[in-house]
Order: sequence, then structure tokens, then C-alpha cells
Amino acid sequence: MTEENLALEIRHVTKRFPGVLANDDVSFTLRKGEIHALLGENGAGKTTLMNVVYGLYTQDEGEFLIDNNVVEINGPSDAINYGIGMVHQHFMLVPVFSVTENMILGSEVTKGTSLDLRRARREILEISEAHGLEVDPDAIVENIPVGVQQRVEILKALYRKANILVLDEPTAVLTPQEAEDLFRVMRALTEKGVSIIFITHKLKEVLNVADRITVMRRGKVVGHTSPHETDQKGLAAMMVGREVLLEVKKAPAKPGDVVLEVANLTIEGERGLEVVKDISFEVRAGEILGIAGVQGNGQTELVEAITGLRSIDAGEIVLMGKKVPFENPRYLVENGMGHVPEDRHKHGLVLPYNLADNFVLCTYYQKPFAGQMLMRNHQAVFENAVGLIKRFDVRAPGADVPASTLSGGNQQKVIVGREFSRPLKVLVANQPTRGLDVGSIEYIHKEIVKMRDEGVGVVVISAEIDEILSLADRIAIMYRGKIVTTVDAKDATREQLGLWMAGVQPEAA
Amino acid sequence: MQNTISLPTPVSPIKHFIKKWGATIFVTLTVIVITIWQYSVDGRVTEAVLASTIRQSTPLVLGALCGLLGERSGVINIGIEGQMLLGAFVGFLVNVWTGNLLVAVFAAIFTGAIMGLLLAYMSVHLKMDQIIGGTVITTLAFGLTGYFYQVGLTTEGKLLPIPLGPLADIPLIGRAVFNNPPITYATFVLVILVHYVLFYTKWGLRTRAVGEHPRAADTLGVDVYKVRYINVIAGGAIAGLAGGFLTLEAVGSFERAMTNGRGFVALAVMLFGKYTPLGAWGAALLFGFANAMQTQLQFADIQVAHQFIGMLPYVLTIVILSGFVGRTRVPAADGVPYEKE
Repeated sequence: MTEENLALEIRHVTKRFPGVLANDDVSFTLRKGEIHALLGENGAGKTTLMNVVYGLYTQDEGEFLIDNNVVEINGPSDAINYGIGMVHQHFMLVPVFSVTENMILGSEVTKGTSLDLRRARREILEISEAHGLEVDPDAIVENIPVGVQQRVEILKALYRKANILVLDEPTAVLTPQEAEDLFRVMRALTEKGVSIIFITHKLKEVLNVADRITVMRRGKVVGHTSPHETDQKGLAAMMVGREVLLEVKKAPAKPGDVVLEVANLTIEGERGLEVVKDISFEVRAGEILGIAGVQGNGQTELVEAITGLRSIDAGEIVLMGKKVPFENPRYLVENGMGHVPEDRHKHGLVLPYNLADNFVLCTYYQKPFAGQMLMRNHQAVFENAVGLIKRFDVRAPGADVPASTLSGGNQQKVIVGREFSRPLKVLVANQPTRGLDVGSIEYIHKEIVKMRDEGVGVVVISAEIDEILSLADRIAIMYRGKIVTTVDAKDATREQLGLWMAGVQPEAA
Repeated sequence: MQNTISLPTPVSPIKHFIKKWGATIFVTLTVIVITIWQYSVDGRVTEAVLASTIRQSTPLVLGALCGLLGERSGVINIGIEGQMLLGAFVGFLVNVWTGNLLVAVFAAIFTGAIMGLLLAYMSVHLKMDQIIGGTVITTLAFGLTGYFYQVGLTTEGKLLPIPLGPLADIPLIGRAVFNNPPITYATFVLVILVHYVLFYTKWGLRTRAVGEHPRAADTLGVDVYKVRYINVIAGGAIAGLAGGFLTLEAVGSFERAMTNGRGFVALAVMLFGKYTPLGAWGAALLFGFANAMQTQLQFADIQVAHQFIGMLPYVLTIVILSGFVGRTRVPAADGVPYEKE
């Protein structure tokens, strides 16, 4: 295979973890100066493969070629020496260090016995200018925005003279504008001869920026393609292994009685500012109300108030015709409210607990899970878990593994399984598909629509316009703690919603 | 997740300066005023107080150096007390056997280093709970020294003060600063050396990185385990030296449990000094000063119940800790074992 001008070649790499085959005979080539997208669902083995290349893991079988020579990579320092740089999904920056200190760590420049911070600073400014990546070398990392931190990470790799750059889900933390900036930087880097491996599960980005695409599924490479040979649908099918509906199919809603009513709700935030201002809306059985808005416009507080996690300063919440008592999640749980929280790690699951316990987090004290004399009925808990794992297609080795070991999509399925299997009247789903891959998104959307068709009143909160448009029957737009307007989903357009979310007032009707 | 980026609220440079250095300056000025006032009353008493300040602070600051080397690299060391005690004991025994004080000092250092190795093995290698690891070391030291201690051992003597020529004749501070035994001088050097290493060298940068975000250091080719091992062992050696100070320089003999909680006070000193060697030195000197003053005031003819005077150092500590020292920032990965895969 030497006829091609390859920067990196991965041959037949296999990596096993206890009980999991993370990479199964994976081969991959990276040409000089190309952007090669590595696409796959969460848990497909993309990151594992790159961690093997970067020397963080050791492969069980297989070999690497850099510039057509077989190399041994036994640790990150070997990888760095061979010119490989990696920007991890969770940034590897020391928060209390300055940009300069982070940059030189491990490759320090010294004068005598001391660090030569002045020279390092100068070198960083040179590199940053050469690549158009502006940073302040003296800024403390924890004080700079995420987008800039990512720039520091890229510069860190360039500072070590990387010519193979691995970017692991780089856009997950960026706003659309920041992502565009990043793509520009990536293209500029390839012109300077850097080869880039771009790990992602976002189809649009891949088509937008990649030269070639390799798709992985369950630890295996399932195909190679390029943006002009395929489209979103084709990529999604390769990734998931079957046809995927990127849009939700649903019948028109048949709204019934009002199940949840929020009246004149006002919430003061931490600093005494009103984060939710005089909000009123109602949800009927059998409909989906979508609440759209850019993050941080009071949606989090609103949801916390509705689900009993936060006290309110004025107004009332009425569930099934009865006023909801103050901050009482158990009352809500027992009266038919389901909640898919925004932050599944913080509020959705107890990560160190096993799946069986996570499935009974809000019903553990009821029959049959509570047994005789303060004892638990483990058998019932496990039977419940096994049933739900099957019904909600949770990919897990068993009911007794900790929730922390599952991928994001499967964790979300555990939450959905727990909430949707109770008798619900109202379901509040906050950002139900954030960070999930297309397969899981499709699944969760389908389940939400199914709940609606069974007569549950659903509230979906999302910052993704596409999600709101495809799920909701009615759409409320939140901006700075207020509901700007509520429209029928049939009459809504992307552009109009986007304007309202950005704070443009609707014309007086 | 909601990314609330909290930008630091802009403060005026003067306010910032006062916030950062105000407490230190205030305390230093107070100490200087007291000293000058006292010197004008009776010079000899002042010299005694200052000498006693240095003497009392030496084991504390050494213990604090041990603690902060560990914690800066992410290993909590509450076994300082034990490392000190065993260092003191072995140093003393070697002095009894060989009569050579230099060999005895190195024996104390070596003992501390071995105890550091033990702690490093437990917390880095076995990934044990570090509080338990430290407790093991302290308990072990008390057990061993208690069991092997024999009454009636005597030695040839202890390390004596070496006056540094004419410097020792400077009024007020000459006797306290420039007429000390060798371990005390070594302490002055060590404080500055550790401060330099920690904040101005490659090793220090790596140490702090490992204590804050070991995975980040690992991805840049820094050997997290090695950094932790070496720092904890070096810390142990310094704690051993503190033990040597007690038996070979301050007292000249060994007594059961003679460290008397100094290893734990050293931890407070370390926190008080915000995990910096110079800060810890200042804190240790303040503790020493308060103690020395208290002793002197007991002798002075003041019409206050002696219990109140005895309280002085503790009251001072509480006031300063609660009122002046701002929030101490603990290294983020302090006490967390690092898992490679």
C-alpha cells in the first residue's frame, strides 16, 4: 500500500476490554493533508481506537505505520514524538494553570534549572499568529471560554510539532458559529500539510468538512465513503446498520383535557433576578408542547419548578386539577409525572448504582420492590430491570452493571425506561436527546410520540430547533424568562423560530 | 449542560493588592510592633523570644514542606507525625550506637524517606484510601518506637549552634537568625529550595499538574506515578529531618511520643500557608512567635490570670484562620488515586 502518500496507517488493530471487544480488526488510512472523518455512534469504538493510536491504551493485536514505517507506540510521549497530537473530548487542561504553563507541560523549555516562561510565551505567540489561532498566553485556563480552551488544545498539539491531529468530538461543546470557525481552522491546517482525523457522530458536519469518511459500528469498520458519494440518510444508515428516520412520523394530535397547568409562575434565580417571569401555559392530554429557546433563558429553572426540584416565588402549578404542593417530587411521582432531566448524570441516574437500582429510584419503597420488614425484594427489582432492559433495548451486559459503564445513549434509555414504565399523565423531557447519536435520537423520539398517543401530556424542552419542529404539536418560545409567543407547529418555520429565539418580538397580532 | 462561564469580576488593583497581601502585611506589622515595643523594654527578653520562635517553627515548617510536596502532587499525607517520630527515634538510636551526629542525621532522613516510600506504595500503587495510609504510618511509628524504646540510653550530645561570624553579633536578630545549629540553617535553605523547585522548575510544573489534573499530565507524557512517588519520598525525607531536629538538635534525647502532635500542626501550617513553602514558613514563624510570647508573658509580672495568657497562641490562630486567611485552594486531584486505563 505504499503507492499512496500516507501519514498514518492502522493495520488490523484489535483492542479488548474485560467483556467488551472495543476494536475488532480495524484498519484505517490517513493521507497527508486530508481531513478524514471517523464517524460512528456513541460506543462504536472511535475514541478507543484513537486512544490506542495516541498510546493511552495498548492494542492487543495490530500495528501502526507512520510515513510507511512500522512504529511502536508505548505511551503518549512516543505518539508525540511521532508527530501525533490529540484534542480529547474532555479537554486535558489544568484549570488553574495559565495558557503558557498548559502549553509547555511535558515539553518544557528551560534556562539553566528554571523554566523559561518568557521564551515559551514568545514561541506560543508565534505559533498562534502563524495559524490564526488567537490566545492570550497569560490567561488562566479556567477563566477563558470553552471555545478558546479548545484553541489552546489545538495549539498544544501544534506546539509539539504535530502533523497528525486527532480531534475527538470537537464540536460537542461549541456553538454553531464557533464550530464554523473551527472548520475554517481545520481547512487552513490541512493546507499547511497537517493531516486531521475528525471524530464525530454529527452527519451534517461530516458532509461539510471531510475529504474522506470511515464509518465504524460496534468496534468494526463498516465502510469508507466520501461526501460527494453519499448524503445524511446514507451515512445514518451506515452508522446504525439500518434505515434511520431522521424525521419523526406521527399522526395529528388529538388533545384531550388539560393535565398540567402553569399559572403566572415567577422564579427568582440565585442572584435575586427573576429568571422566570410570569409564565402561564397549559398542556393537554395527548399533545406535545415544545418549549424552544437558547440555553439559559430560564428553561432549566422552569423545569425544576414543574418537577418539584425548586421553590417558586409566585404563581401555581396544577396537576390533574389539583394544586401541586410546594417542592414535593414524591407527590408528583405518585400523581403521574415523569421527568427526563437535562443532566442525566446529575439528576437522572445514580451512576455508581447498578441498572436494577436505577430503574426503581422513584418506586423502591413501593410493592413489590419493598419486601417484608424493611427488607428489599431483590428478585422483584431484578426482574423489573431485566424486563425494562429488553423492552427499551438497553445495550448492557446485565442488570447488575453500574450505570456509569453505559454509553450516553444507553444511559438515557435507562432513564426513559424508568419514567415511561410508570403510569404517567404528564411527561416533562428536558433536552432528551442531547449528546446522543442518530440511532438513539430516533428511538427516544419514537417513544415520546408513543407516550403522546397513549394520552400523556408531554412537555419537551430543547435548544435544537429541528427537534422541536419534528416533535411538537404546539411550540412555545422562551426568551429571557418569558414565553414570547406560542404557535401551532404546523404554522412554524425554522427561520421564524430562530428569530424569536434570538429575541425578535413577534408582531402584535 | 449549562455553561455558566463566570468571568472574574474586575477589581481595582489596590483592592486586589489588599485582598491578596493585606492579612500578611497586617500580621507582620503587628509582630514587628510587638517586638520593637518589647525590645525597648528589655532587649534580652526579645532576643530569647525570637530565638525561641525560630526553634519552635523549625519542625513545623519542615513538616509542612513534607505535607505540601505530597499534596501538590495529589497525595494526602497525614502520616507526617509518624514519619517525624520514627525519624527522631532512629536518628537517636544511631547517635547512641555510633556517636556520629552526621550519620545520625542521615539515618533520620533515610528513615523518613522509607516511610514516604511506604506511603507512596500504599496510595499510588495499591490506590488505598490515603487517610488510612497516613494513619497506618502514624500508628506504626508510635507502635515501633514504643516497643523498642529503652529507658536510660544516653548520647554524646547534640548538634550545637554555629555562629556565622560577625552576622551573629547583629543586635536583636543576630542571635536568633545567625547563631543556629545546622538543621535549622538547612531548614532556611530547604524552604527556599522547595519554593523554587515547586514554582520555577520543570519538576515543579509537572508536580503541580499531576496534583491538579493527572490525566492531562499523562496525555503529555508525564509519568504520574513517578512524580507522585518521588515527591512523597522527598517529603518523607524532610519529615525525617524534622524528627532528627527534635532528638539530635533540640532535645538531645528521645522520649515516647515526643513529636507531640507537631506533624498534625504542620498540616495546619501548610493549609494556613496556602500550600506554598514561603507561606508555610510565615505561618510556622507566627505559631512559634505566639508560643514564645506566651511563655515570656507567663514569666512577666502581669496582673492577668495565666490561663488567659496561655490561650494567646490559640486565640491568635483562630482569629487569623477565620478572619484573615481567605479561602485556601486545595489541589483538585488531592487524595484521588490515578487510574491509568
